[in-house]
Amino acid sequence: MEKSKTFLFVKKNWCKKCGICVEFCPKGVFKLGKDGYPEIVALDKCVECKLCISLCPDFAIFSNPEKKKDYEDR
Amino acid sequence: MLFYKLFKDKDGRKVGFVQANEACIEAALLAGMRFFAGYPITPSSEMASVSSEKLPMYGGKFIQMEDEIAAMTAVCGASMAGLKAMTATSGPGFSLKQEAIGYAAMNEIPCVIVNVQRAGPSTGLPTQVSQGDVMQARWGTHGDHPIIVLSPSTVVETADLTFDAFNLAEKYRTPVILLMDETLAHMREKITLPAENELKLVERKRATVPPSDYRSFDTRFGDVPPFEPYGGKYHFHITGLTHDEMGFPIVEPDDVVKAMDRIHRKINNNLDDIVKVKQFQTDDAEILLVSFGTPVRTCLGAMEIGRKEGLKIGVLQLQTIWPFPDKAVLNLAKKIGKIFVVELNMGQIINEVQRASQGKSNIKGINKYDGLFISPDEILSHILESKG
Amino acid sequence: MMENIIHDYLRPKKSFPHVWCPGCGDGIVLNAMVRAIHSLGKSKDEVVFVSGIGCSSRAPAYTDFSSLHGIHGRALPFATGIKLANPKLTVVVFSGDGDALAIGGNHFIHACRRNIDITVVVINNNIYGMTGGQASPTMPTGAYGATAPYGNLDRPFDVCKLAAAAGANYVARATAFQFFQLEKCIKEGIEKKGFSVIEAVTPCPSLYSFFNNTGRGVDMLKKLRDRAVTTQKAATLSPAELEDKIVTGVFANENFREYCAGYAELVEKAERSKKNEESL
Ligand code: SF4
Ligand code: SF4
Repeated sequence: MEKSKTFLFVKKNWCKKCGICVEFCPKGVFKLGKDGYPEIVALDKCVECKLCISLCPDFAIFSNPEKKKDYEDR
Repeated sequence: MLFYKLFKDKDGRKVGFVQANEACIEAALLAGMRFFAGYPITPSSEMASVSSEKLPMYGGKFIQMEDEIAAMTAVCGASMAGLKAMTATSGPGFSLKQEAIGYAAMNEIPCVIVNVQRAGPSTGLPTQVSQGDVMQARWGTHGDHPIIVLSPSTVVETADLTFDAFNLAEKYRTPVILLMDETLAHMREKITLPAENELKLVERKRATVPPSDYRSFDTRFGDVPPFEPYGGKYHFHITGLTHDEMGFPIVEPDDVVKAMDRIHRKINNNLDDIVKVKQFQTDDAEILLVSFGTPVRTCLGAMEIGRKEGLKIGVLQLQTIWPFPDKAVLNLAKKIGKIFVVELNMGQIINEVQRASQGKSNIKGINKYDGLFISPDEILSHILESKG
Repeated sequence: MMENIIHDYLRPKKSFPHVWCPGCGDGIVLNAMVRAIHSLGKSKDEVVFVSGIGCSSRAPAYTDFSSLHGIHGRALPFATGIKLANPKLTVVVFSGDGDALAIGGNHFIHACRRNIDITVVVINNNIYGMTGGQASPTMPTGAYGATAPYGNLDRPFDVCKLAAAAGANYVARATAFQFFQLEKCIKEGIEKKGFSVIEAVTPCPSLYSFFNNTGRGVDMLKKLRDRAVTTQKAATLSPAELEDKIVTGVFANENFREYCAGYAELVEKAERSKKNEESL
């Protein structure tokens, strides 16, 4: 699988710091930051299992840079 | 199974000897009603039966729901999907429907609700007449809300006011209540329905903006928002929560007032179009009978007999009872010193007559609430009694 | 690149974040529902999203389908009116456990019996969230709530058994943790002609947790993951072993006649009698 294309971004003003992405990512891609928000620390390990974008209850994880742009001011 | 037959006369109009319950549905079908959701209840059940038989013939939908509440909510749903929709019920069922009637008022859903009044409270006298739901028709659902209520007195008028009910519902995006009563519901009279080309039907105003600019409750085109049905390019949201033009919840006091004012204004600014009364021999009258629904017939009888005996009686019939015909009542109260308000309840509409007449006339109630219909003699004896 | 499909379906003018608490399962279920609709290739124009009252019933405001946020318990009759009025529409309903099974219980069983082509997702979090944590009709006996300070006296409904017994064509259960299974069930439910019930067992990390000490959303999702067993697995377990389990899978997959299809047949009969009437 082509790995380099994976894009992930947590939109902080939608994120409610529930920690679900941190807990359930099987590859440890996220880490809980000091501010309580998840930080993406190991994107290269992502296997695109989609668990994070599926289980994030707040639709706060963007996996497409274009969409992220669309939603920037929301 | 229908218990009446309609025949076509030489002008292509349907003619029949029918009950008001039957006349209402026949008129509704002509008015374009294509959805009826019902639940069995005396004395309105014939309306569901006739609808179940006729609607499928007209490409419409009938559904018997599991309860009264479901019937009213299904009507809201069907209307939002674009069909002219109605339900019919009686006292207890009308009580149950109230929350959903409020939903229809709040979301400006055109629909017609028939309440064939029977004596209450509670189960009351299921097969006997009453006009006890006058205030409930106005204030039954919680919260301030606009509503239109029409009340026919004959079978012919039932058909006429059914057309009006659908037209007003569509024109103003509002629920309209047709307040009938048991006596009328089961009375048979000859009706002649208009031919299709004689009908003046109103259809809800549609959107003219592109989908991206659509608002569920758009106020840019007047107080009645354009309507688009579910199932098209227009994607929109509605909610029973107090909402803005997009249908999204609001709590800001100014926004709330704006929203509330508009839904009331769309009715209150159009009273001349909505409110209908009929006057009988009021020009020279010294005594005025104010009534609505079936007792109007008795009032007319009393007027005829009374006039022969020298009592100058006139009659004011309120065809629209809500919004209340303030203007007509006041004008007559200024001219006529004695008003009797005839109603089959313990005195409901009389309070409105008193309010509207601003102390200009002497007002008394003639009330009957024993489950029986009122006779001209009863009215006359009240009049004579008060003369002393 | 993997797509987070939900971002194609959020209502353009609605502001976010949504109303649900941190870690609440409602957003997960909504995401699964949207993905199911997406995978079926449905146009947004043909979908109507209906709900009643409660936390999960807020969902329809957020997606770009036409929608109706109704009154408490009545989502299904609203949906029934919409569907019967225009059978071409795909009508999807979100209803909570209290909405669907207490105040709306009568509508629920009759919608199953009527078998009209509507898909209802019952978001079951075992409690009334929006009103402050009262006991719901799926709250386990002995659990605590704002109206069950000594432990709930009532027994919970089994949503799936109830729906299957009442005649729904498709009945399935998945937990919010089992996202892909949930998505598949909702997809199958929408595809199925007839009434479909998908019970989505979700965490309420605010109120249910407050009264029952079940931890945060993360903890509750883990618990759901651990308690879930398939119907096949469940068949091998004793009642005692099943005690705390959530049996997931498909509980009914029937092909009883769908209501709108039945109505179309009825219309043919009616048209024949109309001809008779007109020949008079
Ligand atoms: S897609 Fe899977 S592996 Fe990649 S970050 Fe999300 S949860 Fe982790
Ligand atoms: S799952 Fe979503 S809301 Fe929760 S911490 Fe991660 S990004 Fe934030």
